[in-house]
Amino acid sequence: MALALTTIMVIVYFGFVSLIAFDKPLLAVHVTPGLTLGILLGVLVIVSTWLLTWVYVRWANTKYDAELHRLRK
Amino acid sequence: MLAILLQAAQAAQAPPAATQIGEPNRVAMGFFFLFIATTLGITYWAARRTRTTEHFYAAGRTIGPRQNGFALAGDYMSAASFLGIAGLVSTSGFDGLIYSTGWLVGWPVVLFLIAEPLRNLGRYTFADVVAIRLQQAPVRLAAALGTLATVTFYLIAQMVGAGGLIKLMFGIRYELAIAIVGVAMIAYVLFGGMIATTWVQIVKAVLLLCGAAILAVMVLAQFGMNPARLFAAAAEKFGDGVLAPGKLVSKPLDTISLGLALMFGTAGLPHILMRFYTVPDAVAARKSVFWATGLIGAFYLMTFVLGFGAMVLVGPDVIKGVEPGGNMAAPLLAEHLGGTAFLGFIAAVAFATILAVVAGLTLSGAAALSHDLWVSVVRKGHASQQEQLRVARLATVLLGIVAVLLGITFKGQNVAFMVGLAFAIAASANFPALVLSMFWRRCSTTGAVASMLTGTVSTLLLIYLSPTVQVDILKHSVAWFPFKNPALVTIPLSFAVGVLVSLATPERQAVEGYQYLERRMHLGAVEE
Repeated sequence: MALALTTIMVIVYFGFVSLIAFDKPLLAVHVTPGLTLGILLGVLVIVSTWLLTWVYVRWANTKYDAELHRLRK
Repeated sequence: MLAILLQAAQAAQAPPAATQIGEPNRVAMGFFFLFIATTLGITYWAARRTRTTEHFYAAGRTIGPRQNGFALAGDYMSAASFLGIAGLVSTSGFDGLIYSTGWLVGWPVVLFLIAEPLRNLGRYTFADVVAIRLQQAPVRLAAALGTLATVTFYLIAQMVGAGGLIKLMFGIRYELAIAIVGVAMIAYVLFGGMIATTWVQIVKAVLLLCGAAILAVMVLAQFGMNPARLFAAAAEKFGDGVLAPGKLVSKPLDTISLGLALMFGTAGLPHILMRFYTVPDAVAARKSVFWATGLIGAFYLMTFVLGFGAMVLVGPDVIKGVEPGGNMAAPLLAEHLGGTAFLGFIAAVAFATILAVVAGLTLSGAAALSHDLWVSVVRKGHASQQEQLRVARLATVLLGIVAVLLGITFKGQNVAFMVGLAFAIAASANFPALVLSMFWRRCSTTGAVASMLTGTVSTLLLIYLSPTVQVDILKHSVAWFPFKNPALVTIPLSFAVGVLVSLATPERQAVEGYQYLERRMHLGAVEE
């Protein structure tokens, strides 16, 4: 789980960075007036960190801790 | 519609012809002394509770997850991220976002891979974890080297930044400003240890988040609370280019290299890693990263708004006119929107920010000197509580003085690259060794040491050969090494060296010790 989430985070961020590095025109496209795809994706990267940490904490608080509790006994 | 926007933009544009920045500001002084008084009060309270090394390094492991989340955010949101990113966005637009996202995406990695195992395996420093099943002395020597290198460069950047900013904002002398920072920081750490440092971070984080939030709302209020209208106004005035990747990221691989350093550097910063020892258990460590990620993410979203706000409302030329690096964007914006009083508040917040970060850095450096070097290497683990505390305090004073001296030595130098350097060393020297020792059974003492040394030395060398030093500072026409940030080379190199050397020097004890490590990594120490 931890590894899978790490991989997702790496893919999300380096996907974003690669777009910045290799496809600048795409990020300059306007989604709505004033909001470019680049800014939107940047904000989504930030939102994705919140989502991923939330998913992990949910998983760890329930599944992982229960498993540890069982192991301790 | 556009006409209205334009009108609004132009009405708001009226540049503050005379800024109060650089003048001694009464409100700023007032807020600043209030902050110093409060934090020294906290330090006095904390000093009476700091009796053992457990208190000094780890606040007695009594910090709650939410408190630690705020303290982590406080430790992490340096002046570079507040003033620096706002300034970067205000002068070059979108490109600043690369830094804000990069500085944030390291946090989930810390949460998924580092926080809980670190809390379960170590006591005070990350070297505790690397050394747990390996030979103590060589591992701790190498880890202390990596820690001190990271801390030193980070400190230089913060101190020089502090001196310059305080001089600009309060109109006092550079050396005096550095000395004030040094004395206050030594007082926090020396007397109050981790308990005082933690609460200073919490106070600072709350102040900084509130200041940024108020400022962001004031900016957005000018644009009907709609960020898109703010961006549109920026594009209207300065061209569409400000909303898309621009000149800061001309070389693709350099951008990726920077991203790597930012992402994995966070997971190797000693003052951040140390914070996980202040909470009671791994569950609390986990929750504290969740808080920190939320707070820091929100903060970076706000700095983005502040940056564009400063671009539209103050204007890049005015900002660069006050300070060429653009660092005064946020304070100028505050003055524009809220007058001298609000400028004073934001200036005091910026000062508090720097002060808190250097305190955290100094404490982690002192832990490496006393806990890793003195107690574990020199005294082989046989040192009384009193002696350990005495050495830790001595190390604190020593580091504080060194920080002040370095700050004065590097006066007026371009030190912006040193934060990047600190992250690159953390990502290449500390992070690979930490990961290999925790997750790879066959990691050996020689392998871990070789990996840490390779990370430190190769990063220093490549930074020296990079365009940042060769072209920007030494004024040579070409640099030997093409990237400004070496992480793309040094992180894989340290991993490779760690793996190859470990395979070449099999260590039976280390392999046998892995089972113990693995169990303790999940279940925590039995004796606690």
